[in-house]
Amino acid sequence: MQDAVLAMLAKEPSHGYNLRVRLRQSLGPLGESMNPGQIYVTLARLEKAGLVVCERADGLPERPDRKVYALTPAGQQRVAAWLAEVGWPKPDLAEFHLKLVAAAAARLADPVELVAAQRRELLRRLREAQRAALAEPAGSGAGLLLEGVVLRLQADLRWLEACERAWSKGDDRAEGG
Amino acid sequence: MNVSSAVVRVRGLVKDHGQGQSRVRAVDAVDLEVPQGQMLAVMGPSGCGKSTLLHLLGGLERPTDGEAWLAGRRIDTLSERALARLRRRSVGFVFQAFHLVEELSAAENVELPVLLAGRSRREAGCRASLLLERVGLADRARHLPSQLSGGQRQRIAIARALANDPLVVLADEPTGNLDTAATLDVLRIFEALRSAGQTLVIVTHDERVAATADRLISMRDGMFVDDTRLAGSHTRGLGGLIGLEG
Repeated sequence: MQDAVLAMLAKEPSHGYNLRVRLRQSLGPLGESMNPGQIYVTLARLEKAGLVVCERADGLPERPDRKVYALTPAGQQRVAAWLAEVGWPKPDLAEFHLKLVAAAAARLADPVELVAAQRRELLRRLREAQRAALAEPAGSGAGLLLEGVVLRLQADLRWLEACERAWSKGDDRAEGG
Repeated sequence: MNVSSAVVRVRGLVKDHGQGQSRVRAVDAVDLEVPQGQMLAVMGPSGCGKSTLLHLLGGLERPTDGEAWLAGRRIDTLSERALARLRRRSVGFVFQAFHLVEELSAAENVELPVLLAGRSRREAGCRASLLLERVGLADRARHLPSQLSGGQRQRIAIARALANDPLVVLADEPTGNLDTAATLDVLRIFEALRSAGQTLVIVTHDERVAATADRLISMRDGMFVDDTRLAGSHTRGLGGLIGLEG
């Protein structure tokens, strides 16, 4: 969540409220269950960590959604690192989806490239799991667990294929909203 | 790369299907080198040209433009007869639908290409029993294809592809008609072939098959859009895959 919020600020400084709307737009129905205050909690944490700075818009009442948030240089570095990362410890589809949306919006990176990098990483993992599965004797318990790992990676790879198709159409339609 | 080490090599390969208005470019200026012993997988959506590419590599079709070599020998300029001879002796094909001769037994299907290459009945028989053994079907030698499961038929087809000890095995969706268990049997055979230094090019839809390869090329609209080396790149180990680490 923190990384996704930071990446949204890469496009331009923004009100908390505006970030919330964009997040809801990108996540569609999946974002409906999001606690409305969550974005402000996240922004406060990011500010404390020195990754964003907050400026109050002049002449407006002191309310959290009147604050304009912007990335600090450290925040920018963190966004760049997040975009380059190909981690997939627990497949977090929403986070990866938001990464693509943010990368495209801020023209920070080519979403198709991000998908390709992720796909390569997952294929390497699939290769490892597949080889281990092939080495297991038929009916072994570890073989069954590896089968589960293989099937999950396969499903993820198919989803990445769909991402690749959608984003390679060269517009922001995949962003939704 | 040393040219002589590339079993398969193509330069600027182009293949058009159809004529005039309905002309479609199936393969669009592709360059490729597959070194001896490499297992290469080619993936891409239907109609991206991957099967056509495989046919061009094996001399089943001729390119519209560009050049193709097999083990250093130019093949796109060969006569029909020389090309047929080369295919029989130096290329092993495996297809999705097996393409076995239904009237012949498993062993006879494997013997056939050996006989067609001009070797003796005895040699063909020896070769067939050796190869059926290798694909785990020695006990099915006298069965007709119709008496075998899909997975068993594909293993016979692989044995047949290996009959003349080909320079390269070209497989087009080899697991496309198989269930998971049969797919794993085929992958185990490919893995054994790879360990033995057999050069393989496999066109597939199945990520599982692709992940077994050393190298993966992704195709789209007749072109290569990605070329990834999968071999020798270790990630965080299997523990990481099931969340035991981190």
